[in-house]
Order: sequence, then structure tokens, then C-alpha cells
Amino acid sequence: MINLFKIKDKKNQDAGNANGRPPLKKQSAGELRLHKDITELNLPSTTTISFPNGKDDLMNFEISIRPDEGYHMGGTFIFTFQVPPSYPHEPPKVKCKTKVYHPNIDLEGNVCLNILREDWKPVLNINTIIYGLSHLFTQPNHEDPLNHDAATVLRDNPRLFETNARRAMSGGYVGQVYFPRCI
Amino acid sequence: MEDSSAEPERWRDLDMLLARPGNIVSAGFDPSPQLRREIGEFARVLVVGAGGLGCELLKDLALSGFRNIDVIDMDTIEVSNLNRQFLFRLRDVGKSKAEVAAKRVMERVSGVNITPHFCRIEDMEIEFYNDFNIIVLGLDSIEARSYINSVACSFLEYDSEDNPIPETVKPMVDGGTEGFKGHARVILPGTTPCFECNIWLFPPQVKFPLCTLAETPRTPAHCIEYAHLIKWDEVHSGKTFDPDDPEHMQWVYLEAVKRAELFGITGVTYSLTQGVVKNIIPAIASTNAIISAACALEALKIVSGCSKSLSNYMMYNGVKGTHIKVTDFVREKDCIVCGPGTLIELDISVTLSQFIETLGQHPKLLILKPSVTHRGNNLYMQSPPILEQMTRLNLPLPLYELMGKVPRDALHVSGTAESSGKKTSSLMKLRVVFRGPAEIDTAASI
Ligand SMILES: [Zn+2]
Repeated sequence: MINLFKIKDKKNQDAGNANGRPPLKKQSAGELRLHKDITELNLPSTTTISFPNGKDDLMNFEISIRPDEGYHMGGTFIFTFQVPPSYPHEPPKVKCKTKVYHPNIDLEGNVCLNILREDWKPVLNINTIIYGLSHLFTQPNHEDPLNHDAATVLRDNPRLFETNARRAMSGGYVGQVYFPRCI
Repeated sequence: MEDSSAEPERWRDLDMLLARPGNIVSAGFDPSPQLRREIGEFARVLVVGAGGLGCELLKDLALSGFRNIDVIDMDTIEVSNLNRQFLFRLRDVGKSKAEVAAKRVMERVSGVNITPHFCRIEDMEIEFYNDFNIIVLGLDSIEARSYINSVACSFLEYDSEDNPIPETVKPMVDGGTEGFKGHARVILPGTTPCFECNIWLFPPQVKFPLCTLAETPRTPAHCIEYAHLIKWDEVHSGKTFDPDDPEHMQWVYLEAVKRAELFGITGVTYSLTQGVVKNIIPAIASTNAIISAACALEALKIVSGCSKSLSNYMMYNGVKGTHIKVTDFVREKDCIVCGPGTLIELDISVTLSQFIETLGQHPKLLILKPSVTHRGNNLYMQSPPILEQMTRLNLPLPLYELMGKVPRDALHVSGTAESSGKKTSSLMKLRVVFRGPAEIDTAASI
């Protein structure tokens, strides 16, 4: 129980007693877990990371992937990560900032990767997601399409898909859609 | 303000409870005819949330003798709240829940003083929360619970034997409901598990695969999530969706209806749209009443000692018949939020790089390549290289200065711990106490 008499006493002596505390700022459990994830990152050689808001905001960062094989070889693709305070209970929100011709990434940058949504588990970490994203470039998958047209082309005519992907990365139109250069 | 003793009849039963000794009371219970008045005078309660649980809690606490109550909620009243949030009337729609709830309870229970705060919980200074003797939570989100929990635990201090210092314990009573189910729990930081110790009790939100939403929707919820997660961005490039903006919600609803028609799916409604987008679980008034009553009673027990506290988690299930189960969960002893952490004494001259070296030799830690973070400031990051570069300049500086020249505080380190030849990555809490000239002002506990 709370000692009411102590509360009474405390009220009397409270004035001006800051107790030597610093101006408090709290760090969520999610931020702490992320701190561990970030310092343990083991990035694939194709990948770099940056923190646009500086060293004290780890909750918002960017990953840049430059695939060294596959249809998107040579392109540079930026993904933004927004990590919620409830991390790792909830997964980060990841979007592709670079417009890409890809069956599993739509033109708005939504990414279809199971561990970002339905298969997320708190034991997974940022590294797992980064490897998952890299994998999307080595193994684009027409069975989970977000960009329906790209998925159909990949399934029916991989040669054409390759040409389209190249054209998109060099900066140009695929059908009606313009893709800025990312090579 | 009139004295609540003017209505002796209203308080007769409560006074009996507080004035009589008993066998199942808390150690230190001091029954007296004045106890209710003292609780009213000295105890300060914060109610977080003025929704379904909050309305019930305010009423219950006011009728349990609490007279200094604050309530915080950023929401405004909606028509759909009126079936269960009984302090609100149709004419209140659009007004602050906290303000209206406070006013209504004060009108009905004389002598009670309720201060509303119409804002986000993050908007208040951390010290605001330290002014209360107890915090009662009537929330529906994990984020908000986690935030209040970390704030309340940040006041907790331990003595040199790793026992919580009673004056620094900020008790919390947390209620939650989901349809016919609910829970009430007592969190005494340092003694019973905190919210993070067993966050796994909360099932994560269901998330549908994006490609299902885009290609093969089968349910009304799929159509709503399509409109919310995919279509919104497609149409409003760059504009963030705001779930609290009724126009945004209406747009998502209409798009979801179109989507559903296209795929021959029925059942998309505006309220389902709100429910899916905001992850609202249907609320039942009576479940809220049961859970709030349990929470208010626990608050009274903690403050007065008139009966033993719930230890420490009550699950209520009214889906099939009625089941109540109480589980005594145990604390995660190494919890990075509520645990004591490892005590380290340092001279105020110790630099960050000396401190980092110490961690590798400290018998209780043996932590190699540690990265150090203090209250949101990343003091040193071993990796990735870009952060190492940004934090390297801190290495030759005294840790005392980097921590804001306080005599003691907690910080966290991530690194590789080695025990019996096995390397494991770990995140640890450390309690740093400084020795040196600053000792003069630390006559108090550590
Ligand atoms: Zn804990």
C-alpha cells in the first residue's frame, strides 16, 4: 500500500526539490531493442544504411540496395524504414522510395514481403528484413504480385521483363508509366 | 467546494471498509474513520483514457473516495461512443472526452475535483506523471500502454541491494477489454511484472499480405485495407492518411465499397471501415463495467491497504458462460524497462572510452564491443560505420558530462556477452552511480 503519511510529508518538502534528475526523456523498449538490432547489423555487400535524422533517431532510417545479380543489377533502390515504438511486437513499416519495375513492389513503393506483415515475429530483426528485401531482387516472384503487369510479364516472357526492367532503371517508359533513372 | 462528509449515507459502506480491521488486509493497513478523508485529501490518481473504460473508471474512483483525479485523453466524442460511454450525450459529439467526462462526474459526485487534459499522453512532461500516487489505465492500444509503462518505470530507483525504493514505485492498474473478454492487472514496478515483462500476452494485430489485398480480396476487411494501404497512396501522392480525419475515413470507406462491388463482396460499412483501419475491437458496455470496477477496487486497495492486492493479472472471459482466472505472473528479472540493471560505480572523471573498456572486464557483465545509449542519446555506436563515425567524438569525453551531470542514472548497452565460451548478443540495463565531488549532493539513496 501507499503510505499516505509519507505523501503528506513529501508534499511539504517537495517545493524546488528536483532530486538531481536530468530533464527526463524516455526511451521506449522498442527503441532499446532497435538499438541492439542496429549495432548488430551485418549488411550484405550490396547494401548501405543511412540515418537522415542523425545519430539519435534510429527509428527512421534508409537502406540502399544495389543488386549485383538478377534483373535489377546495377540499379540503386532506396527503402525507408519506420520503426514503431511497439517494435518488435509490431514490424517496421518499409517502403521503396525508388520507383521500380518489379512484380512484388508497386508503383507507390508498397512491398510484398511476408515477414513485413503476416509472418512477422518478434524474434525476427532488422537484418532479416534487409536480407528479405535483397532476396526480392535476386528472386522476384510472380506468384505474389503487387505490380500486376510486371508479374504477368515476368511469368509469360522473362526476356521482355528483363528488357523492361533495364529500360525502367535507365530512366524511361514501360507502357504508360515513367520510371526515373536509378543506375 | 462542499465537504463530501455532508453526505454520510453515500459513504457509509466505504467508511465501514476503511474503518474496520481485518484478516486479509495489507501489512500496514491503518483503519480509521478518517481514512476516506485522508485518501480524498492526499492521494492523486491519474486516469489515462476517457473512453469506455475511462468513463466507468472516473465514476468508480470518484465513488471510492478519490477526490483528486486527473484524466487525459486526446479523443473527441463520436456518436458511436454513446451506447457505452455513458457520461456523454448527443449534444457532446465533437467535444473533448476528457473535458466532458470530468465535468459530468464532478456534477454528480460532490467534493471530487477532476482535472481534464485534452491532449496526447506524449504531450505532457514526464514529470507530470510523477505527481500522481497511482496511474489507472483505460486504454485500447499497446503503444499507449507501453509508453505509460516506460514513463512510470523511469521513476523507479533501486537501493544498493537491488531492492526497489518504495517512494519511487509508481503503481499502475491496467484494464483492457475486447468484446466479452477483458483483463485487469496490477503493476508495481520492481515487484510485479511490468507491461514489457510480458508483452507477449497481447496478440499482435492481424496483418493481411499486401498481395492478397491487391490481387485476391475475399473479405470486406481485405477491401477496406486495400483502400487504406494501397489505393490511398496511389491517389494522394505524398499525403499521409490520418485515421482521425473523418474525410479521410469517408474516402477509404467509399473506395472500399467500390472494391467490394468489383469482387462481389458484401458487408463493407462505415463503422467496419473505422474498425479495421483503427484496429478497433467491438466494445461491450458491461465488460467495460466489470473490468473498470475491478481496476477501481485495486486502486483503492493499493492506496488504502484495506485488502490484499490482486496478484497480479486477472483474465475475465464472458464468451461462454463466465470464467475468471487470476495468474501470478513473474517479473522478467533482466527486464530492460523495470529491472534494476547492473550497478556500476564510476568516478566522475571516467571517459566514455574508459567506461566501455570497463564493461569488458566487469565480472557481472563481460560485455564486449558495447554500444551505449542514454535516454535517447546514442553516446557510442560500435556499428554500423556511419553511426560509429557520428558518435566517435564522444569517446574522450567524461561519461558524467555526457549523461547530463546527474549523480546517478540508468543507461543501456548492447554488445556481445561471453559466458563459458559461448557468445551471445545482449542488451543490458546499467545503473551508473558517480563518485567524486558531486557526492556532496547525493546524501540520499543510490
Ligand atoms: Zn519489466
